[in-house]
Amino acid sequence: MAAEKNKQFDPTGVLHEIEEKFEMFQILNEDGKIVNKESDPNLSDDELTELMERMVYTRILDQRSIALNRQGRLGFYAPTAGQEASQLASHFALEKDDFILPGYRDVPQLIFHGLPLHMAFLWSRGHFLGSEIPEGLNIFPPQIIIGAQYVQAAGVALGFQKRGTKSVVMTYTGDGGTSQGDFYEGLNFAGAFRSPAIFVVQNNQFAISTPREVQTAAKTLAQKGIAAGIPSILVDGMDPLAVYAATKDARERAVNGEGPTLIETMCYRYGPHTMAGDDPTRYRTSDIDNEWEKRDPIVRFRTYLEGKKLWNEEKENEVIERAKQEIKDAIKQADQAPKQKVTDFLKIMYAGDMPYNVQEQFDIYTEKESK
Amino acid sequence: MAQLTMIQAITDAMRTELKNDENVLVFGEDVGKNGGVFRATEGLQKEFGEERVFDTPLAESGIGGLAIGLALTGYRPVMELQFFGFLFEVMDSVSGQAARMSFRSAGKLNAPITIRSPFGGGVATPEMHADSLEGLVAAQPGLKVVIPSTPYDAKGLLISAIKDENPVIFLEHMKLYRSFRQEVPEEEYTIPLGKADVKREGTDLSIITYGAMVQESLKAAEALEKDGHSVEVIDLRTIQPLDVETIIASVEKTSRAIVVQEAQRQAGIAANVVSEIMERAVLSLEAPVLRVTAPDTIYPFAQGENTWLPKADDIVATAKKVLEF
Repeated sequence: MAAEKNKQFDPTGVLHEIEEKFEMFQILNEDGKIVNKESDPNLSDDELTELMERMVYTRILDQRSIALNRQGRLGFYAPTAGQEASQLASHFALEKDDFILPGYRDVPQLIFHGLPLHMAFLWSRGHFLGSEIPEGLNIFPPQIIIGAQYVQAAGVALGFQKRGTKSVVMTYTGDGGTSQGDFYEGLNFAGAFRSPAIFVVQNNQFAISTPREVQTAAKTLAQKGIAAGIPSILVDGMDPLAVYAATKDARERAVNGEGPTLIETMCYRYGPHTMAGDDPTRYRTSDIDNEWEKRDPIVRFRTYLEGKKLWNEEKENEVIERAKQEIKDAIKQADQAPKQKVTDFLKIMYAGDMPYNVQEQFDIYTEKESK
Repeated sequence: MAQLTMIQAITDAMRTELKNDENVLVFGEDVGKNGGVFRATEGLQKEFGEERVFDTPLAESGIGGLAIGLALTGYRPVMELQFFGFLFEVMDSVSGQAARMSFRSAGKLNAPITIRSPFGGGVATPEMHADSLEGLVAAQPGLKVVIPSTPYDAKGLLISAIKDENPVIFLEHMKLYRSFRQEVPEEEYTIPLGKADVKREGTDLSIITYGAMVQESLKAAEALEKDGHSVEVIDLRTIQPLDVETIIASVEKTSRAIVVQEAQRQAGIAANVVSEIMERAVLSLEAPVLRVTAPDTIYPFAQGENTWLPKADDIVATAKKVLEF
């Protein structure tokens, strides 16, 4: 009634207007058909094939990681199946010098940025050598505190800006992460400084067990960027072309000094939250699972590439066999890592000289370990 | 040499390092044009420009994250946490993230971050401004914690903190900011972290203390001197890591010690100091080591703080118990 009397006073209307603007951006639909030709990023045949290879590779890595975890040969593992487009197509838009601040599910992006596979396994197992980041590789170890990577990303982005580099920082969190204070602080800082950051929210619908609608009254997570004054987009996270195009666009604007972007990728994790006892049947029905599996990123991309004669069963099997072999080799390499000692931990506590207490304990443990 | 207050010496230290190292950045809430709420960064933005001395949005966790991210791109951030009572807002960045940067990267990354912050009682602040929370950060492996008590020490220690490759919490007692002046050299000089200073030599009792309690302890030592007791006062200056060598050398000389801190009995680091003495010098002792601390309440309302804070009289009383044991 009030709104009808005085149209200028209509806070609900403003909200609805913003929410309606957030339609899901899609290029390749569930059937592998281009539905949005004008936005097609026009990747070359080689690029399309490469992206498909990475997605298939990652699906195999996920299957093998789950199996290895069940055999007790891996440690902490957060399954990735279902999120391949969201993870790898967003990463595909990055350059070598760009910096990644990942969440704990974002190990595949690190691998394709240059992290050796056996190190990813060592990280999973809980070995310090898994985090010994190779020189020149612009990544941070996977973040465990939800949201902390968002405020740090604002800092890396400001650093790049001050250095005058043409690099960007990309950071990932999930739907649950958007409820954290650090999420808003990170967006707001990068926005205020107009820093080259890309904030990706992989909305896989559940924060462990808590569904997306319990997290927030906001209709989309992408719209949360609007309050920080930064461009924001809702993308079909099962569509590799849409994820790539949105990220590529965000990256271009970032290096052109136009500041950060928030990208929400609508996706789904088929597996449990982690392999540490999570049981998705407690909070999801098989109907929901089936619904999302119909939108599978690999299935639709395969259909699309087969139509372009860029992909076939033989190619796929090649990738699968290569992945299996490399995983096997990397596990072997991880097995070679020396047993960890307390002196190893004491040595990496501080940069430079050891403080007296650490030195004293180092001497004690050195003696203990020599016996 | 100029006669400077402690806050002027702090500004001077930042100016020196902004000049000497182009990777040093100074930032925080209101540190730019305004020069900080206490004027610790007075004139720095004007001198070094907005690229190197800048205001941030008002969010402590964001500022902490910014410092970590800037460190990852090779900068040497000097961030101001406007009051140390706001530590809780940035605790993850401090203890959860910066402190473990070297460790979680197997020594490949580091966080040469200095977090400057005013703290301490006796200046009638609203709540959450005056608390002595140094024990919380001193308990976190990976951090160094520095608390100067004089203008000269403040400059030399802050320069060392900025040059250190690890995260350093640098706590500035608000009561000491302008309480007295001291000669401070204009050039760069450093005082090593982890080294205590004997502020007064003596042979009968060691008072081990830090922060604003150094002045109270010196007053107490003078009073005790009149009664014929020779008292040594050790200013820890760095509370993490502790300078155990200086503490033990003093206790072995005097055979008697008390530890004085402004923090509550269950907080601070006095209990650590007592433990170190017990483990390393118990056979030198002629009396139990006692503590002078604030009581275990929340930091009090401003009008009640002066009855709550430890004072020279309390130190004298405890010292006498130990001297007469």
